[in-house]
Amino acid sequence: MQESPKYWKGIEELENSPEFVKNALTEFADFLPVKESHGTSDATVAPRRDFLKLMGFGLAAATLASCETPIKKAIPYLNKPEEVDPGIANFYASTFFNGQDYNSVLVKTREGRPIKLEGNPESPITRGGLSARAQASVLSLYDGARLQHFAKKGAKIDKDQLDQEVRNALAGAGRVAIVSHTIISPSTKKVIAEFAGRFAGTEHVMYDVNSASGLLRANGGVIPAYDFSKADIIVSFGADFLGTWLSPVEFARQYVTNRKVSSEKRSMSRHYQFETNMSLTGSNADVRVPLKPSELGEAVLAVYNSVVGGGSASSYTDKRIQTAAADLAKAGSRGLVVSGSNDPAIQTLVAAINQKLASAAVDVANPSMIRQGDDAKMSNLLKAISAGQVGAVIFYNANPVFDHPMGADLAAALKAGKVRTTISLNDRLDETGELCTYAAPDHHFLESWNDYEPKRGYLSLAQPVITPLFATRQAQDSLLTWAGNPTTYYNYLRTQWKGVLGGDFNKAWDKAVHDGVAMGSAAPAAPAQTAAALDANAAISAIKSAPKPSGIELAVYEKIGVGNGADANNPWLQELPDPVTKATWGNYVTVPRAYAVAQKWEQGDVVKVTVNGKSVELPILIQPGQAAGTIGIALGYGRTKAGKVGNDLGQNVLPLLTMRNDAISYVASATLAATGTQEPIAQTQTHHTIMDRKPVVQEATLAQYIKDPKEVTEYEKISTPDGLQKPNKVSLWQDYEYKNHHWGMAIDLNSCIGCGSCVVGCQAENNVAVVGKQEVINRREMHWMRIDRYYSSDAHKSDFETKGKLDTYAAMEDPSENPSVIFQPMMCQHCNHAPCETVCPVLATTHSSEGLNQMTYNRCVGTRYCANNCPYKVRRFNWFSYYTNEKFETVNGHMFTDLGRMVLNPDVTVRARGVMEKCSLCVQRIQLGKLEAKKQKRRPKDGEIVSACAQSCPTQAIVFGDMRDPESRISQLLRREDGERAFHVLDAINVQPNITYLTKIRNTETSEFNA
Amino acid sequence: MDSIRLRPLSRLFLALSLFFASVGSSFAQGTATDPSKAGVAPGATAAAAPAAAAGAPAGDAAAIAAGDALFKGNCAQCHAVNDVVVGPALGGITKRRPMSWIIPWVKNSSKLVASGDEYAVKLFNQYQKQQMPSFQLSDAEITSIVAYITSEEGKQGQKTDLNAKSGDQAAVDGTAAAAGDEAGSSKTMNVLLIVLVVVLIVLVVTLVIIANIMKDVLRGRKDIDGRDLEVIDQRFDFAKIYKSTAVRGIVGTVFVLAVLYETIQGAMGVGLQQGYQPTQPIAFSHKLHAGENQINCAYCHTSVYKSKSANIPSPNICMNCHSQIKTESPEIKKIYRAIERKQPIQWVRIHNLPDLAYFNHSQHTQVGGIECQTCHGPIQNMDVVYQYSALTMGWCINCHRETPLNTKGNGYYDNLVKLHDSENGAVPFTVSSNGGTECSKCHY
Repeated sequence: MQESPKYWKGIEELENSPEFVKNALTEFADFLPVKESHGTSDATVAPRRDFLKLMGFGLAAATLASCETPIKKAIPYLNKPEEVDPGIANFYASTFFNGQDYNSVLVKTREGRPIKLEGNPESPITRGGLSARAQASVLSLYDGARLQHFAKKGAKIDKDQLDQEVRNALAGAGRVAIVSHTIISPSTKKVIAEFAGRFAGTEHVMYDVNSASGLLRANGGVIPAYDFSKADIIVSFGADFLGTWLSPVEFARQYVTNRKVSSEKRSMSRHYQFETNMSLTGSNADVRVPLKPSELGEAVLAVYNSVVGGGSASSYTDKRIQTAAADLAKAGSRGLVVSGSNDPAIQTLVAAINQKLASAAVDVANPSMIRQGDDAKMSNLLKAISAGQVGAVIFYNANPVFDHPMGADLAAALKAGKVRTTISLNDRLDETGELCTYAAPDHHFLESWNDYEPKRGYLSLAQPVITPLFATRQAQDSLLTWAGNPTTYYNYLRTQWKGVLGGDFNKAWDKAVHDGVAMGSAAPAAPAQTAAALDANAAISAIKSAPKPSGIELAVYEKIGVGNGADANNPWLQELPDPVTKATWGNYVTVPRAYAVAQKWEQGDVVKVTVNGKSVELPILIQPGQAAGTIGIALGYGRTKAGKVGNDLGQNVLPLLTMRNDAISYVASATLAATGTQEPIAQTQTHHTIMDRKPVVQEATLAQYIKDPKEVTEYEKISTPDGLQKPNKVSLWQDYEYKNHHWGMAIDLNSCIGCGSCVVGCQAENNVAVVGKQEVINRREMHWMRIDRYYSSDAHKSDFETKGKLDTYAAMEDPSENPSVIFQPMMCQHCNHAPCETVCPVLATTHSSEGLNQMTYNRCVGTRYCANNCPYKVRRFNWFSYYTNEKFETVNGHMFTDLGRMVLNPDVTVRARGVMEKCSLCVQRIQLGKLEAKKQKRRPKDGEIVSACAQSCPTQAIVFGDMRDPESRISQLLRREDGERAFHVLDAINVQPNITYLTKIRNTETSEFNA
Repeated sequence: MDSIRLRPLSRLFLALSLFFASVGSSFAQGTATDPSKAGVAPGATAAAAPAAAAGAPAGDAAAIAAGDALFKGNCAQCHAVNDVVVGPALGGITKRRPMSWIIPWVKNSSKLVASGDEYAVKLFNQYQKQQMPSFQLSDAEITSIVAYITSEEGKQGQKTDLNAKSGDQAAVDGTAAAAGDEAGSSKTMNVLLIVLVVVLIVLVVTLVIIANIMKDVLRGRKDIDGRDLEVIDQRFDFAKIYKSTAVRGIVGTVFVLAVLYETIQGAMGVGLQQGYQPTQPIAFSHKLHAGENQINCAYCHTSVYKSKSANIPSPNICMNCHSQIKTESPEIKKIYRAIERKQPIQWVRIHNLPDLAYFNHSQHTQVGGIECQTCHGPIQNMDVVYQYSALTMGWCINCHRETPLNTKGNGYYDNLVKLHDSENGAVPFTVSSNGGTECSKCHY
């Protein structure tokens, strides 16, 4: 029988604080600050006169409105493009790369407007998956904060005049620097080379905010391509490879390939994670060991000694490192070690271990191009700029004033005029751009042609899907123009590709543009691997000689949503809850619980974190699993020139960092001091508590699963006169027989890594409003889909006999310093016996003959009985008119302006104030799929109709389909897993959901971890 | 404001004179049903008219049906089977030219002309050097069009008869004739009613006159006693009626009821635009294009069979014909102006569904096989288009409840029809019995 770990949703639930209990009982806050702006003392009483006035006005307005019928215009195209039909979506293959994430995408356009990105299944790298950032990037296209014209010192300037001035300035500039993040476009590099040919003394410097400089140096200038599907033992030293490290979408798919289980395949990889902050990857690990950043080198050394041998003794003695090392040695070529550290010494040892293992998961011959930034080169350039040795700088979508640790020095140098000519190609007048003389804003990637080579031999194309919205120019065209090359970048690109594609070029080109991806390698050839910067012995002595930090250690990390901060003005990303902390809108200091207790700090207390005399003030967030003696702060926040949405959220932690061993060190020694002030953190979880019944999420160990797959899931039984029965045998209702379709969804908790891509995908598909920080704090976020994150505690009910019931229950509430974590996507369960449907007084929520729980907005009067009666707490109430209420003009601006509204899905209603809304199982996609099938006089094919969340899932954890079709994937899956892993959340209340979950299996044969 | 206040009053009179109103409304019904039941010829759908194949000796029915749809979609703008329209009559084409000539001609006529083909050049010159556009049709499709043309040749006499008649009566086929019968019977009814009314009025007047004459006669006689005299001299006291509580009560009640009725009717009509007939920026006539010239609806409304939107044609579609035809018309010049100034034409939208309702044309036309006229009315008779249907939810739902699903030959429905028939075969398999009245079929 499965042990029953007790799950708690947050510190508040664990402690059962009075406030939490109160909140748990009232889903909706009693205090409704809708009158905040009113300002009167008797805000709770509506004066009678006001009431009458309003009534009178309302009557008059209604009468007037009914008299005049507004004249609406129907304006057709003047010359209709052949492939555009109003009402029919077109999909174009393209590529998203923002300097850190690569995703091959399909762009869904309606009447020429891109409205959503979907994963491109043709891509051998991302294979149909999509990251949350890529999902959200379509909103950045319609960002009004983009610079909409060429500018000189912030004022509008004619394009030709700018070109003339820039050419003149560059001609006599001497040393010219082009500063960018990683560029993986071969043609763009060729353009830069041509530019360098025209202006001698040009150097191109790439840097990365979340740098992999150390990894590059340790591997001789290349980043190995990893294939996690080829690894049975994965040992990660602080590499958040499922969340933010290198190519998370690609890695997530590989990782999960080897972790999907069934009764036929009862094996999966084992994943050890040694890390400081609780990362997304760490929360998915089978064995997670918290350690201080200063211990990381020693931990790697311990594995090195065990696998390779010959190093000096390691001071890291946790026994789990030995287990990991032994497992690795046993796995041989099926083992893999990765590290997220930017320390070349650590990476050198990691490379040596992989080499010794002859790991099949590491491919150095066809390396990844995804990070090419060189920290040493960049810091040298910045020093040269400060010294006034550089004549001209071009910032190509790079914002080092904000996102480089030496940004302040650069800002000072630029302000002091140390560089004569400064040009920004950035899309907005950001922190760096506004200090530049000239601004020639680049197109958004959805307006551009480009090519990419994320991995050697794998090419990818981007094509424009909309006419440029503003008077901008593609950066490559700007560079070509200044270099005196009159060709357009499109022609330039085609010429480049003539050398890549064989056979009939036009045909091959059309196919490449159509598919979005192609195989082959483009010139200039990728950098070849050279000798590593360090050998193992040098690395070991470097690790041994590393300064021992005193006091609290700070580990700076990157968040899934906002990332390096370039997309800070994207409200979808700002409101995407962090997978682990569930916090939105801003950064904070994650501290271990014991430390906060010792300091008598509570969550939300603002502390001052000081490193090397520089400091930031941020609220604290108590993070279970945070290594003792450490704190974590996310980078990418504290923008001041991102735009209205992204400005002044959190603090910029990058200036606190320093260089070590010629690479940016993301760890530092810090001192903390309380400031006595408080700042609430907008967390989405602990707001929507599930009723206190078990079981909601289920998990078991691989050992149990191997023993008997039928014993891993606990099914509740109901006592009846005929003995114990399954809950669905006892019912009040007449069952309905589904004749046509019966839509359902299965979510494999073993595959779900909690990345949040589905959340943003759902938001884009269904026009879900953004509510902003204060409303998230008020527990009124509108996401239809949320990912519940549960921490487990160590105690469980099997201790009843030895410890007694009372003591066991007390132990179950004991804080766990390093809990295991489960993610559970939660949305409307589309119950066949839905409790919400029976309580609606106006029949606004009803059941369809295809199993959908329908929500009819125009019938809803907003009683909220349904939300009250929903056991899953998945219904959302529209407290405001998010598209007209000026309170939301900043955060939800895209619903206010014509420009922003272009992103809305025209097939889905924008909900009005006062109505309930919830997941519709993407009914618009179901209807469309059915219609297409009917038009072709056939039944819909399985896989043709997919909900937005299932489409974007990088790990294919979500399977959507017709449960009436016996051959559909979901039917087969449910048949296979019935009685094994398939379970319904809160099965005992017999609401009979159409969403089924599959029990999570953890690869830990001993129960030390979850027992 | 005025219209709101005035309308109930004017209608009030109407409501009070119930008798005349009933006659009037039966008139209105009669005229309204007439055109809607009548001809559907120009709106034939892609799946329409398999009956046309019945008398055709050549080609199989499917090919002819396909050819019919293709012909109407691609050729009918410029060609008729038996008449010279813009291009030559196509009847007898197989006798004039072989298929090996027809196929390249349809695909790219200018290429054939340029190649110096004798017949092609002759044809080109004969029709004012007007080029036939190229069509991206497959060989099989062109063959099916020719099969359709061949099948239509046989109906020459009948067709010319029909074409001779104009406008309203153009499409009198079997159903139209039946509809005519119905309309006729309702007309007789009206005439009968009017005659009755007249007879009744005459009767009343005659009786009053007779009564007065009798009274006068009686007054002249001296031999009647006081009681009789009292009867004769009795004057009708209108004040008494006026003052009677019963009368006041009845009149009051009727008045209140009438006002109430009208208010409710008025309130229900708020936002309703049935009959809305705005003036359009260009006086485009559907009667001329769809009615008289029988251009298929889908020729201009290109996406009506494939998209949710029926697509108001862009000027480049107008230019397919009007680059040659009626180039001097002031209305057409407006199109030229729009193209020159690069300003799209701003038509006034007539059919406005609220944003909360999802409607898909292709679902109804392509899948449901519904004629355009079912919802849009006798569009082929409209010089200026008006909103024919109420477009209320009740109107939608009603149709979904009553209309049997068009399941024939559609693999999607095969199993559903079987299931339905096995359970309650007597009841028709309507849209709503397949879930067509559920909320999220139209609201999401």
